[in-house]
Amino acid sequence: MGIWKSCFLGFLSVAFLFTIDAVQLHRNQPTERISGSAGDVLEDDPVGRLKVFVYELPSKYNKKILQKDPRCLAHMFAAEIFMHRFLISSAVRTLNPEEADWFYTPVYTTCDLTPNGLPLPFKSPRMMRSAIQLISSNWPYWNRTEGADHFFVVPHDFGACFHYQEEKAIERGILPLLQRATLVQTFGQRNHVCLKEGSITIPPYAPPQKMHTHLIPDKTPRSIFVYFRGLFYDVGNDPEGGYYARGARAAVWENFKNNPLFDISTEHPATYYEDMQRAVFCLCPLGWAPWSPRLVEAVVFGCIPVIIADDIVLPFADAIPWEEIGVFVDEQDVPKLDTILTSIPPEVILRKQRLLANPSMKQAMLFPQPAQAGDAFHQVLNGLARKLPHERSVFLKPGEKSLNWTAGPVGDLKPW
Amino acid sequence: MKLSTLQQSYINRRTNSFRGSTQLDSSTDGAVKSPATIFWLVLHGVCCLISLVLGFRFSRLVFFFLFSTSSNNIYTVPFNSDAGITIPVETQLNHINSLNRTAVVASRVVVGRHGIRIRPWPHPDPVEVMKAHGIIERVQKEQKALFGVKNPKTVIAVTPTYVRTFQALHLTGVMHSLMLVPYDLIWIVVEAGGVTNETASLIAKSGLRTIHVGFHQRMPNSWDARHKVESLMRLHALRIVRKERLDGVVMFADDSNMHNMELFDEIQNVKWIGAVSVGILLHSVDAAEISSLVQKEGEEDTMPMPVQGPACNGTDKLVGWHTFNSLRYSGKSAVYIDDRAPVLPRKLEWSGFVLNSRLLWKDVDDKPEWIKDLDALDGDGEEIENPLSLLKSTTVVEPLGSCGRHVLLWWLRVEARTDSKFPARWIIDPPLDITVPSKHTQWPDAPPELPSNDEKEKVFAGTEEQSNKHTTKTKTSRSRRSRSKRKHDTKVIGVQVSTHSEQTEI
Repeated sequence: MGIWKSCFLGFLSVAFLFTIDAVQLHRNQPTERISGSAGDVLEDDPVGRLKVFVYELPSKYNKKILQKDPRCLAHMFAAEIFMHRFLISSAVRTLNPEEADWFYTPVYTTCDLTPNGLPLPFKSPRMMRSAIQLISSNWPYWNRTEGADHFFVVPHDFGACFHYQEEKAIERGILPLLQRATLVQTFGQRNHVCLKEGSITIPPYAPPQKMHTHLIPDKTPRSIFVYFRGLFYDVGNDPEGGYYARGARAAVWENFKNNPLFDISTEHPATYYEDMQRAVFCLCPLGWAPWSPRLVEAVVFGCIPVIIADDIVLPFADAIPWEEIGVFVDEQDVPKLDTILTSIPPEVILRKQRLLANPSMKQAMLFPQPAQAGDAFHQVLNGLARKLPHERSVFLKPGEKSLNWTAGPVGDLKPW
Repeated sequence: MKLSTLQQSYINRRTNSFRGSTQLDSSTDGAVKSPATIFWLVLHGVCCLISLVLGFRFSRLVFFFLFSTSSNNIYTVPFNSDAGITIPVETQLNHINSLNRTAVVASRVVVGRHGIRIRPWPHPDPVEVMKAHGIIERVQKEQKALFGVKNPKTVIAVTPTYVRTFQALHLTGVMHSLMLVPYDLIWIVVEAGGVTNETASLIAKSGLRTIHVGFHQRMPNSWDARHKVESLMRLHALRIVRKERLDGVVMFADDSNMHNMELFDEIQNVKWIGAVSVGILLHSVDAAEISSLVQKEGEEDTMPMPVQGPACNGTDKLVGWHTFNSLRYSGKSAVYIDDRAPVLPRKLEWSGFVLNSRLLWKDVDDKPEWIKDLDALDGDGEEIENPLSLLKSTTVVEPLGSCGRHVLLWWLRVEARTDSKFPARWIIDPPLDITVPSKHTQWPDAPPELPSNDEKEKVFAGTEEQSNKHTTKTKTSRSRRSRSKRKHDTKVIGVQVSTHSEQTEI
């Protein structure tokens, strides 16, 4: 009897050890965890820390739009659709709005595509406005806080400014109705009109399966120093250069086209993902907007991202210590890029590679279908959970109103 | 309609992440045709024409300077757009539009046209290039340490050799391959005919740990017998491994073979005995002869080069062997080392196998039972053609190199005539003083049977005697000239390779 007892206890202790990952069974690349508030936060589980209520909007706001153009599921703004799908089947969803901490409105504003597949934002403000009018009239929760405990996913170029051209976006500003809501967007630039305080920055959508099918063995030696594929001059829209990417991409080309260490070109090879895995540094310069899917690709493939975008706010910046992982280069320092990169000490480079190899880092950048622990969906929920509990000022006193329903350009006020 | 076509073209310009805009507001619907819109259209057309002439977007400039209602617009001096020369121009300050917006801190990032910064000498700096290569090397070293072989085993290379003209050529090649191996290496060189200074001086240059032993037999003149003696020499080396209890992976590096460096990484994975694919390089005097041979067979064998090695089924299990089919070359192969015909390998060559040295040790407990003891094979009647004879069952062999799909070494036999001479240690000492330019000799270009036997410079002895008669007068001046022509001399009388097609001519 005593033997059985000790056996059972032994089994329990071993099981416990395995669950707390004290024993590592498999050989991995030694990864580094940034202990403390930054790194470990990626592995937090949002279930139990917040409750989200998903409004049931008529399908003209979501399903019908998707049916009209299913390409929305594959472009870099697909996060809004996948977020909706994740939330309706997630454990944080509650069907009782009284106990909800956050309210989600599933409206696909970035799904009006041109024949070439680029989204047109011209109807988006009206769509959003119409959706908000609907939820404010059918449920009391919007008016209770004027949207302060609601969140919206607006993954378009300049977020809730709903325009692809920066000057126009700045002129429009964030949609006035969304002034108090939390915005989950890909755009992030400090001191910019289109980045509201308290927004959550997410990575653009990159297809996880496609990236995983292009993985090459880890022992393939990294022999490319700097890698970049993309446009330097946007000849269609900015032929003289200087406007696109604030001239930074053009500067990269002009300064380094003769440099054998820089494997940069506009060609799109079939081995793009494989080449990234053979490179030490991957350039992630801004384009028309500061964010780019290259950051996601660089993180997934273990290539150190070189971010050339002044004042950019990177995804989940409060959870991921980007300064320690990537290299930030000011746009004015682009001509000195080779000096900057070669003067980084090798130990620092090896450390960055170890941090990048951390699987929770890679997982946090992806939107896998179905959702997995630690992925970008969970990071968004973690971000929302970190903003709880709501302040008292969120709930409006009776008679207090701050939203102006008629603000904004006249064209926005038309019904959708 | 006009408005919508404009809008259409406006939309159509969104080919690659379109961001430009026209002067018109992005009004979406309502094809309202008012005088204002017509006016704007006309103005737009005029500006377009001016831009055509001037070469940059004049209209944009006009609009922003005259009608700057948008906030945060900055303008630089429009630069010279011809020949793409851009002057680095600093950006001007922004105007913040305080129209009912919450106060935005003036950001240092501004929208608008910026100059393209190009440094004065946009070319790589060699010091930085070297630093970058240092970084890449360090990264690769780290990768190797993480993902490469953990606990690398010592490589024990066994090379049978003997002194002949091409020994220096072959042995230097193998030596340099072995010097590049990133693991610990022990090189066992077995020399037929006893240890000589010739070989010793060659292998001393390697800097590797070498065990140089002699074998009591001399290397015979026929390929068949030579293969047999080589096998005996290899067994002799294996006995040394057993005696010294050397620990590691034994591989057979014949001196005329060529090895891929990945071979040494691959053999680290062997557990007991492994086999790799060996490419067989056959050549004959007439390259045409070989290709005609191949073509005669027709579509049977589409392999351009014969390969020996393990054969696997779909699940990567060893099911058999790809061996060398010597029937096609029957009657046309070389018998003697001097012959000008293709030299054929055995069915399976030694060099395609690697062994864990513990298989050879005496009195080791965990030795698998399918290995025969080396002592048991001591009878000379036993013909050991390849290490498979050391096994009781051949199914235990591990196929390496992704189951034989990677050819990791190449087998080749090329030798000079047995009677060809060469200067000892390839050092010409004292310096030659042949003085006659080659074309003026009376000897024909094809060399006759050579005289034999002495040590140094026998080749030149004959010519020297004869030429000295002619040139005693102006020895110094002629010798100076002859020094440059010496190359020609040596070639004329030089070695005739049995298996090479072209005559070594001037």
